[in-house]
Amino acid sequence: MTIPTTPSAAAGPTPTSGDVLLRVDGLDVDLPGRTGGTVRVLDDVSFEVPRGRVVGIVGESGSGKTMLLRALMGILPDGATREWRRVLLDGEDVTATLPRRRLPAAMVFQDPMTSFNPLVRIGGHLTEVAQRHQRVGRRRATALAREALVAVRIPDPDRVLARYPHELSGGMRQRAMIAMALLARPELLLADEPTTALDATIQAQILALLRTLQAERSLTVLIVTHDLGVVAAVCDDVLVMKDGRIVEAGDVDRVFREPRHPYTRELLDAAPDAPEELAAPGLAASDRVATDAPAASDEKGEHA
Amino acid sequence: MTATTPNVAAAIDASTLVHRTRSFRSVSAILAIAFLVIVGAVSLLAPLLPLDPTSTDLAVRWQPPSAEHWFGTDDLGRDYFSRVVYGGRVSLTVGILAMAAATAIGVVVGLIAGYAGGRVDDLLMRFVDFLSSIPWMVLVIVASVFLKPGLWTIILVIAVFSWMATARLVRAETLTLRERAFVRYARYIGVRRELVMWRHVVPDAAPTIIVAATASISTAILTESALSFLGLGIQPPMASWGSLLETAQGSLQTAPYLALIPGVLILLTVLSFNVLGDALRQSVSEGGAS
Amino acid sequence: MAVYILRRLLQVVPMLLLVTFVVFALLHAAPYDVVDTITTPQMSDETKAAMRERYGLDQPIVVQYGLWLANVLQGDFGYSLVSRHSIAEELAARIPNTILLVAPAYVAALVLAVVLGLIAGSRRGTVVDKTIDGLAGIGIATPSFWFALIVIYVFGYQLRWFPIIGMHSVGKQGDPVDFLMHFVMPFLVLVVAFFPELARYVRSATVSQLSQDYVLVQRGFGASRRQVLTRHVGRNVMLPIITQLGLALPILVTGAIVTESIFGWPGIGPYFLTATRSLDYPVVLAVLLLSAVLVIVGNLIADILYVVVDPRIRIGSGS
Repeated sequence: MTIPTTPSAAAGPTPTSGDVLLRVDGLDVDLPGRTGGTVRVLDDVSFEVPRGRVVGIVGESGSGKTMLLRALMGILPDGATREWRRVLLDGEDVTATLPRRRLPAAMVFQDPMTSFNPLVRIGGHLTEVAQRHQRVGRRRATALAREALVAVRIPDPDRVLARYPHELSGGMRQRAMIAMALLARPELLLADEPTTALDATIQAQILALLRTLQAERSLTVLIVTHDLGVVAAVCDDVLVMKDGRIVEAGDVDRVFREPRHPYTRELLDAAPDAPEELAAPGLAASDRVATDAPAASDEKGEHA
Repeated sequence: MTATTPNVAAAIDASTLVHRTRSFRSVSAILAIAFLVIVGAVSLLAPLLPLDPTSTDLAVRWQPPSAEHWFGTDDLGRDYFSRVVYGGRVSLTVGILAMAAATAIGVVVGLIAGYAGGRVDDLLMRFVDFLSSIPWMVLVIVASVFLKPGLWTIILVIAVFSWMATARLVRAETLTLRERAFVRYARYIGVRRELVMWRHVVPDAAPTIIVAATASISTAILTESALSFLGLGIQPPMASWGSLLETAQGSLQTAPYLALIPGVLILLTVLSFNVLGDALRQSVSEGGAS
Repeated sequence: MAVYILRRLLQVVPMLLLVTFVVFALLHAAPYDVVDTITTPQMSDETKAAMRERYGLDQPIVVQYGLWLANVLQGDFGYSLVSRHSIAEELAARIPNTILLVAPAYVAALVLAVVLGLIAGSRRGTVVDKTIDGLAGIGIATPSFWFALIVIYVFGYQLRWFPIIGMHSVGKQGDPVDFLMHFVMPFLVLVVAFFPELARYVRSATVSQLSQDYVLVQRGFGASRRQVLTRHVGRNVMLPIITQLGLALPILVTGAIVTESIFGWPGIGPYFLTATRSLDYPVVLAVLLLSAVLVIVGNLIADILYVVVDPRIRIGSGS
């Protein structure tokens, strides 16, 4: 990503600093190791997610960032154990209820190609989620699905509803995935490398879409990525992870300009853009990736 | 807190994967090998053992298993244990020889199809597909109608109709290996095609061939016993487990053990080969063969 | 897509011709006098000569082939060497009996395999899975004719629950209860014969589907394990099964040869085997022809079904 922009305040309503949506203390996750025994993939992870902000989680492969999302969603691999000291949702202690109740979160997955069942139409996927999360009947669910597709700027949503996943381009599929997430009416949107599998121009559009949706619906967004450019482009805060631990957290501006942890400095040094460019002050918010282009400008559009 | 390196990659270490899988598989695989070794040894050493499969004694017909006759006696008073052992010799011989022949044919055809490619490959594969889809019972029975029944006939018939699976596997291996650097290099420096195939492709495909061979033995043993049961396979005075079952059918009500024992042996032998084949397939795919 | 289907249909014709030619060649190579199949001992010499001429037995091979093929297409498969009865008539009488036995058994085995395979695959590594997989493994290694003997011994002789031979008792033709009594044991044997491979296939298909990304996504959106299995994995696993049902077509007719003869079930099996033992070539080859034709037709059906049912395959259409 070579979009030189300034991470600045969110384009939407400015959140108050004391308004924390989610706070996690002491999250540990162990996976069964292949030799027997366990491997600790998340070690005493604690963080806060302020309401209405876009938080990036950045790190290398194996840092545990994807596992963090999966731990929050409760979809860890079989045999994994998850333990935390405390989880606060909107200030309320929900530690005890979490295994049964899920967080009001929805997740957007990395590879839109394989994330859909190839034998089920997009409409089928979306209505299933709508029915489950909003407790509506089929007709209402279809209407909701249609609205969701409109919200993610897909033109001709009826046509897309009837399509099978393989008939759409990568960007359209990812938009559909985001639509599916919206239908779960989340307060927290988790995105696992949402743009990694996409072409560069499409990446920008999807990120812009996430930003727009965040503003429109007062969402709080967690984006996992290994790409600092993505963090620079859309995130307000950032968590840096290494080897299952959070090594640094804070405002993106501050972290990029004055990284405190040596690993953060390593990451910044290794990034293709010089850190100074990424943190250059003075660029207006309008310079950010906000081209809210509708899906028609996907370079492929739908498959004919 | 016993924190091992919190690295997800550690969980995917290949060698430890093999270790864990081996410890799971080892029980059944070891049992299978043990069984096959015992059966094989007894069959091989049969002539040296004090067995008497032929002398009849009508006074002791249909005796259930006892200390004197471990498997009892059959309808002519013969010691059933001896008959079963010698029957096993025949069944295993047919199985192994048919498997060898089928594997040879399959390897050759697979190599040709994979290496030659193009129309030759296309034609051969259509032939293979067609032949494999006709129920082999029908094919094998028809073939035995045209040929005189007997040991060699049945080996031939089984081999001729069971090489297809091996051919497919070998062809797939050949196709991938053909593009590998060392094969192309050999061709580039002018080594003859057949030599390349023989010296390079076959050894690399060997693990797959071995796995296919174990499946082949299982099929051969089951086919032979079915044919012999129908009277189209092994002919008296030779006996195989299948033909013993055919004889046992007549005295099923009075002497059920005559039918029980050879069948159980067929089951265990085939099962052992299958388990062995599965274990081999596991270690082939993990041990990083090619 | 219609073009594809048409093309596929056309491909069938040369294959059928090839198969008929092979069968005819075998017929001709077989060591018997063809005249004996089309004549009965009662016929006079003039009739025999007329038959000889009619069937072109004095004509070149190609012409004979043509005549034979024409007869076959009209449903005339010739006559049995042994019984002198029309083979076609005999087949027509026996095929329904075979289907009556095999079809329910195959369907039952399939249903059982899908259910147990899904369960096993979704609980991989557990006791349930190991049991089901283990049973399937034992089933594959079991000679079905031996299992038939065991079943006969236990249920027929010892428990005396079911009659051992035939499809109906003397004089009770058409009695459904009586039929069922005769039906149970061979049905059971066939189900046990068909089930293991199907179950193994379903199980491995289930395992492979469950490792797909979309399953994780579904779980992420709150689908319960059962919902994932029934709405997604189950459907995806059924797709190849349905499309391959066509391949099971030959089994309907020739899949129970041994079982039928053990139980004296009046289907194709005993007819075929008796012909084999008495070197009744015309019968044997007629069954081979039938078998091969069913294979070709079955493949055709499977290919067409596949293209129709799988949304990922849309050959030639503009989507």
